[in-house]
Amino acid sequence: MHNLSPISPLGNRELISKVVGPYTISEVTAYSLASYSLRKGSENDAKKKLEQFIGSSLPDVMGSNFEKISSFWIGPSQWLIEAPIEIHEDLASELSEVSVGKASVTEQTDAWCRFDLKGSELATPLSLLCNVDVASFKGGEVTRCQMDHLGCFLICRDIKNITILGPRSAAETLYHAIIAALKAVV
Amino acid sequence: MTQKNRLKGGLINRNNPREFEFNGQSMQGFEGDTLASALLANDIRLVGRSFKYHRPRGMLSAGSEEPNALVELRTGNRKEPNSRATTTELYDGLVANPQNCWPSLNFDFLGVNDLLAPFLTAGFYYKTFMWPSVFWEKVYEPVIRRAAGLGSASLEPDPDCYDKGFLHADLLIIGAGPSGLLAALIAAMSGVRVIIVDEDFVTGGRLNAENYILDEQAGNIWAKGITDELSDFDNVKVLTRTTVIGAFDHGIYGAVERVSDHLKTPVSGKPRQILWRIYTKQAILCSGATERSVVFENNDRPGVMLAGAIRNYVNRWAVTPSQNVAIFTNNNDGHQTARALLNKGVNVAAVIDTRDQKVKSPDYETFSNAVISNTYGRRGLRSITIDHQDGTQRTLKCGALGVSGGWNPNIHISSHHRGRPIWKESIQSFIPDDNCPSGMLVAGSAKGFMELEEVIKSGSDVIKQALENLNVKAKSIDMPKVQGDVAQAIEPFWMVKGTSRGWVDQQNDVTAKDIKLAKQENFTSVEHLKRYTTLGMATDQGKTANISGLAIMANLLGKPIPEVGTTIYRPPYTPTAIGAFAGRSRDENFRPVRKTPSHQWAEERGAVFVEVGMWMRAQWFPEKGETHWRQSVNREVLQTRKSVGVCDVTTLGKVDVQGKDATSFLNLIYCNGFAKLAVGKTRYGLMLREDGIAMDDGTAARLDENHFVVTTTTANAVSVYRHMEFVRQCLLPKMDVQLISTTEAWAQFAIAGPNSRNVIRKIVDEEYDISNERFPFMACGQITVCGGLRARLFRISFSGELAYELAVPTRYGDSLMREIMKAGKEFDIVPYGTEALGVMRIEKGHAAGNELNGTTTALNLGMGRMVSKKKDSIGSVLSEREGLNAQDALKLVGFVPVETDDAVPAGAHLMNTGGPVDAGHDQGYITSACFSPNLNCHIGIGFLKAGDTRIGEVVRLVSPLTGHDHIVKVVSAHFVDPEGERLRA
Repeated sequence: MHNLSPISPLGNRELISKVVGPYTISEVTAYSLASYSLRKGSENDAKKKLEQFIGSSLPDVMGSNFEKISSFWIGPSQWLIEAPIEIHEDLASELSEVSVGKASVTEQTDAWCRFDLKGSELATPLSLLCNVDVASFKGGEVTRCQMDHLGCFLICRDIKNITILGPRSAAETLYHAIIAALKAVV
Repeated sequence: MTQKNRLKGGLINRNNPREFEFNGQSMQGFEGDTLASALLANDIRLVGRSFKYHRPRGMLSAGSEEPNALVELRTGNRKEPNSRATTTELYDGLVANPQNCWPSLNFDFLGVNDLLAPFLTAGFYYKTFMWPSVFWEKVYEPVIRRAAGLGSASLEPDPDCYDKGFLHADLLIIGAGPSGLLAALIAAMSGVRVIIVDEDFVTGGRLNAENYILDEQAGNIWAKGITDELSDFDNVKVLTRTTVIGAFDHGIYGAVERVSDHLKTPVSGKPRQILWRIYTKQAILCSGATERSVVFENNDRPGVMLAGAIRNYVNRWAVTPSQNVAIFTNNNDGHQTARALLNKGVNVAAVIDTRDQKVKSPDYETFSNAVISNTYGRRGLRSITIDHQDGTQRTLKCGALGVSGGWNPNIHISSHHRGRPIWKESIQSFIPDDNCPSGMLVAGSAKGFMELEEVIKSGSDVIKQALENLNVKAKSIDMPKVQGDVAQAIEPFWMVKGTSRGWVDQQNDVTAKDIKLAKQENFTSVEHLKRYTTLGMATDQGKTANISGLAIMANLLGKPIPEVGTTIYRPPYTPTAIGAFAGRSRDENFRPVRKTPSHQWAEERGAVFVEVGMWMRAQWFPEKGETHWRQSVNREVLQTRKSVGVCDVTTLGKVDVQGKDATSFLNLIYCNGFAKLAVGKTRYGLMLREDGIAMDDGTAARLDENHFVVTTTTANAVSVYRHMEFVRQCLLPKMDVQLISTTEAWAQFAIAGPNSRNVIRKIVDEEYDISNERFPFMACGQITVCGGLRARLFRISFSGELAYELAVPTRYGDSLMREIMKAGKEFDIVPYGTEALGVMRIEKGHAAGNELNGTTTALNLGMGRMVSKKKDSIGSVLSEREGLNAQDALKLVGFVPVETDDAVPAGAHLMNTGGPVDAGHDQGYITSACFSPNLNCHIGIGFLKAGDTRIGEVVRLVSPLTGHDHIVKVVSAHFVDPEGERLRA
């Protein structure tokens, strides 16, 4: 076991969780992420292997599957795979083994900061943050968007629980923007 | 002061009084008042001074079309000039002051302009101030600038915040008057997602101003009932205090919601305003209509108002501008106002009707076929002169005059996509044609329907059309039964004959005489008329003036009005605070801040940070006793070259390139060859633009047969990634290549200096051999560090020293930095910042952003031979253009001063000694410069014509900007270790 200790995207050893009115925003680091892109000529095989590994079918455009190992569509023939970090700390290596050269796998765990936003009527604060029709969400949607000039992913786990993935280096900026939006609507 | 002009009734809450202050006087109004209605209640008619002539002015209207009643609202850093009193909601503690007057509102020194009016006609500034020419800049312009303008800004930062947001709907309804409300109700019941907005703080539009009965209830009660019903629908959003300011492409509308403008200060955390971007499939414009005045002599005195506005004040706010009011009209609307006044017990002096015996009432005197030829009263209307058809005149005392020249549909937003309106004879105005923005329909008065019953029917018809466009079946509802409707019966009448100083555009002081002058000088086109006279400009955008101006010009030209045409309206519909466009992106939040993984650690070390492409990078690390940044930088450079230094280089762009065709892909985007790069090796690469100019440089490390990590410069990380995606998706779609950015995913540190290997050895796990033999210069590998953490090691060097770049997952970056410092302690390791990094790369002669400046080629950079002729690559063909390969092409070389103490400033130009110093004889320029602690003098690198053949020559360095003019010697750009022995050690 190595002797390096991690810090969160917000730069802390302890994760931050804050309640603003009916909303709760929490910093989450408990999951590994890796991107999985199908290579040309072996798409079906690569897809099948991944589906076997995650135990569910891969979601379609703008979709997601929330399982023990979750998957989110992030582009044509490309998914982001999410698994508990305690069990799958080096998820990318596991997926590389699974794909046996038929997919391109890239570690993405530390590429993102993750904030989970919980509460009812999440469309209200998010309408101040991004150009996404969150009010039409039913649960399971994934989309790219911009928040405070930052390229982010919005993952609707259910309509009362939405994950925001943003660039890790700008975690403080993103967190500040989310808090400002929450305060503006409560 | 008592509310002398407050009447009975109205839609105000008398149980909730509001204290406010205007022009230093304390007054009282009620909840539901606007500043304008409260001022009128307190018998204040004089509110401000006009733009050019500084004439006394009061309220003309009761809405956002107001040209006159502009005030400086609030004080201190919240002061907002040019605020319309007519739309300012009254709140407790409101403070407003008149503007454009000095020393006081009652006595304005610049009122002298009114006496000088014959010299200040339209376009006077085009003809005057010609002589002497030097006076223009030094005298005339400063004086004019001082005199021009309306209110004054606080010049302090706005203390409030603004938000920007996004809303989505199937249907946007602009205006919550009768047609809008009805349309919204039908749409809501039909199940579509509706947003209905209104600029007022209550819904209902003119229903709040009139005495209509709908379904046996007062119009305002009906409107409130519908609004309450709408609020119960989940699929409806009602936004009051919200103005749609523009129609943009693809069904996008801009709207400003005034969240806190009705409060003294915004609630903590709440924005003052929100600029909404509304995405909708269909829109219905129900923006109603604006009344226009008639042009007659001195029609701008405080107390001369639009008749419909007076009716609004009387019915909605229960105030009258005077207890004795006359009416001047060319349609039945003026008589409606007379009846409204009488209902509230206000004396109607007379109704002067330009028409022949249209309406007679036993309750007030009517003069048919009559006009008003003049008015009197300097600071407020005292009397009017009436001209009868038989040539007789009479003077009538009155404190206010309601004028109705007809109503203009509010078509502005319908023409935001250059849609030209068409003339509707029956209302003597323009209405939208079928060329509205895509997806927009128009209903109600905005479409030219001026009677309530047809307004409501129009709303019903149009919503059916909109729902059909959405493939939704419209629910049917019973149409409300309307009472109190009056036909307009307008007869065109624009200007009283013989008028000279009759105001057409009150905000810009444009008179009938100005329009005549424009015609006389052949500025007859609508657009020329506007610009020559300023008709229709400024904060009100001529809402009450444009049509009258056109009609007068048409009359002068002897043409029908539609032949003269109309200008096209542009966003924003009403003045919009710049703060709303900025949103939260201001001051320290102007743009995102990116922090490196070692940021906290660097802060603890007291690092001085610099912003580099949004990243905050440590610039240098001052130590005790160092009083100047260069002391710190010199120490960092010397110690790194002597022993070892560490620098966070996470900010460099990192792109993961994978796929069976990854090698071919890199071979195309880099001008040098990558086909033969072995696994475990790194290569420097230069990317060219299509035109052969150098775009970016970096390295590509081959981690696996089909897996590369490409690095870019910090500044170009995004643009290079975008370029690579363009090539992948558009130029080479058949290639099997996958790209993804990993800049954020890996923390990366450069460890440089002769002892760097010794430090790295203590970090890298034992099973990995990093000796020079097994891990030579330009090697790369996937390893583990600190007891098992996966990492990537690259033996590359920007400093010219033996160096490594070590990358670990970002979350461990902070910890790794601390471990490196611990491991390097025995070697006196120093952290170094971007300044030392820059000094070392200049000493080594490495090109960076200053050299890859968008004008230079590989040849200029001394890398001409890198552009492979054995393969095709982006930019390689065009890099062979003759002009880019001249004999005397600029070449990157080094410069040292001949006199040791001389500086070599970046940006300085190079001239031949003894030759002229001018652009025609320019020999090149210095791109990067620094003080080299190793050479103990200033050094620079830069481009010199045929520089590679001029090593040893002395040239003249000239920098008019910094005042330098001395000679420098041309040397190799590689000041340190030109043979590269150190980095291969």
